[in-house]
Amino acid sequence: MIIMSVPRFWRKQIARYNLVGTHCKKCDEYFYPPRNMCPACRREGEIEDYKFSGNGEVVTFTVIHTAAEGFENQTPYVLGIIKLDEGPSLTSQIICEPETVKIGMKVKPVFRKLGQAGERGMIYYGTKFVPE
Amino acid sequence: MRDVAIIGVKNTTFGELWDRSFRDVVVEAGVGAVSDAGVVGEKIDAMFVGNMSGGQFVEQEHIGALIADYSGLAKDIHVPSTRVEAACASGGLALRQGIYSVASGMDDIVIAAGAEKMTDVPSPKASSALAAAADREWEGIMGATFPGLYAMIARMHMHKYGTTSEQLARVAVKNHQNGQHNPIAQYKTPITVESVLKSIMVADPLHIFDCSPITDGASAVVLAPADVAHEYTDTPIYVKATAQASDTIALHDRRDITTLDASVAAGKRAYEMAGLQPKDIDLVEVHDCFTIAEICAIEDLGFAKKGEGGIVTQNGETAIGGRIPVNTSGGLKSCGHPVGATGVKQAVEIVEQLRGEAGKRQVDGAEIGMTHNVGGSGATAVVHIFSRNR
Repeated sequence: MIIMSVPRFWRKQIARYNLVGTHCKKCDEYFYPPRNMCPACRREGEIEDYKFSGNGEVVTFTVIHTAAEGFENQTPYVLGIIKLDEGPSLTSQIICEPETVKIGMKVKPVFRKLGQAGERGMIYYGTKFVPE
Repeated sequence: MRDVAIIGVKNTTFGELWDRSFRDVVVEAGVGAVSDAGVVGEKIDAMFVGNMSGGQFVEQEHIGALIADYSGLAKDIHVPSTRVEAACASGGLALRQGIYSVASGMDDIVIAAGAEKMTDVPSPKASSALAAAADREWEGIMGATFPGLYAMIARMHMHKYGTTSEQLARVAVKNHQNGQHNPIAQYKTPITVESVLKSIMVADPLHIFDCSPITDGASAVVLAPADVAHEYTDTPIYVKATAQASDTIALHDRRDITTLDASVAAGKRAYEMAGLQPKDIDLVEVHDCFTIAEICAIEDLGFAKKGEGGIVTQNGETAIGGRIPVNTSGGLKSCGHPVGATGVKQAVEIVEQLRGEAGKRQVDGAEIGMTHNVGGSGATAVVHIFSRNR
């Protein structure tokens, strides 16, 4: 079971569902996951929301056989670091046959169920990736 | 700032210590180190204890006070006791805080300890507690595990530099080779490359024998100003450098997936502080939470060129008797990895080596040793350099 309370998940729901991150107008750097402070400009930065296209490529990946709590029924699953076209990288699952995933593979985002808090609990949704 | 020396050390046995509690192991290590140093409780000015997650592993916080109490240092003498946390680097950081307090002149005799009791919860719960060292909101929620994160480092290292699964396996084989001679080690059985490669896959390309185990244990050292160290022991070991560095909490935000920039930065600071270079180091204890982590560590600390850690390992250069013996204790892989204790255990191993008391693991003529302790997938790195000579 994924342990995350409803408010904790909900407050970043838009970022998770729609790949909304942030952008610093001062240095033109993009952030996903979103950051409220630009690490380069710090207090001088000017942060705004930014919706990513979600197109990107696989930087590195693994096939998970021993799952994290809450992911046991998904094994084997492909976990990867995806570099988005705008620059930032994120961690997500790549939905494909494990033997077909490759470093440098182009991927696009899909809206998927991440998990569920037990039989009657909240269902968590978010962004995973598929080969383009 | 004053020079600091280690005057006493002690590790408990590492392993699944079902008959001993968190407080039992801490007291055993603390009392052992104090006896080794020949100091009495009234002389102790402060204590620091590294502990990653008493809250999750034994549902106990307020660790500092608890251990002061059960060490007999709370009632009547009220010794200040502070818990330090930096995930798997908690022990190294507790040691660093202890060194600070002695170097500053605020305290004279200080205990730096580390402890974790990980087997009082089922292993999925332990894995989940460990996952808290990564970014829960942006890595954990997507199904990332710790082996998974290091597997992604390994995959990239293989892609970029041609590192092989066999080279990774050789790290585990070498560390078990060393660990069989360490009386405190969790696993004292030698293993082969074949057994590593045939063991179950946890997160491709990492097999279960590429991973450090879940372990109970505690370690402690006693620190003193170098000027008075000889009053307590004939073989004080001097702290030549203490360094620490931070990096992004999430692996996906790193400059380079195959380099732990925090290790590079902490290593550089440590070499500068000690006025030494990698070639001056006689042996090193690195943070091999996974086999790939040792390969990255020896590169990041300057013992191998970037990308050549696998080859250097395969050539036997990191074995006892090789160019730069790595993890003579057996490392996290064979000796075990009670996360809060590991950083202190590494220092205990170096002290035993520099004193010439390491038995069959002894590196001949060892004068200068290094420790390298990492938190998470590389967001914290702590590096220390120790010497027989002041």
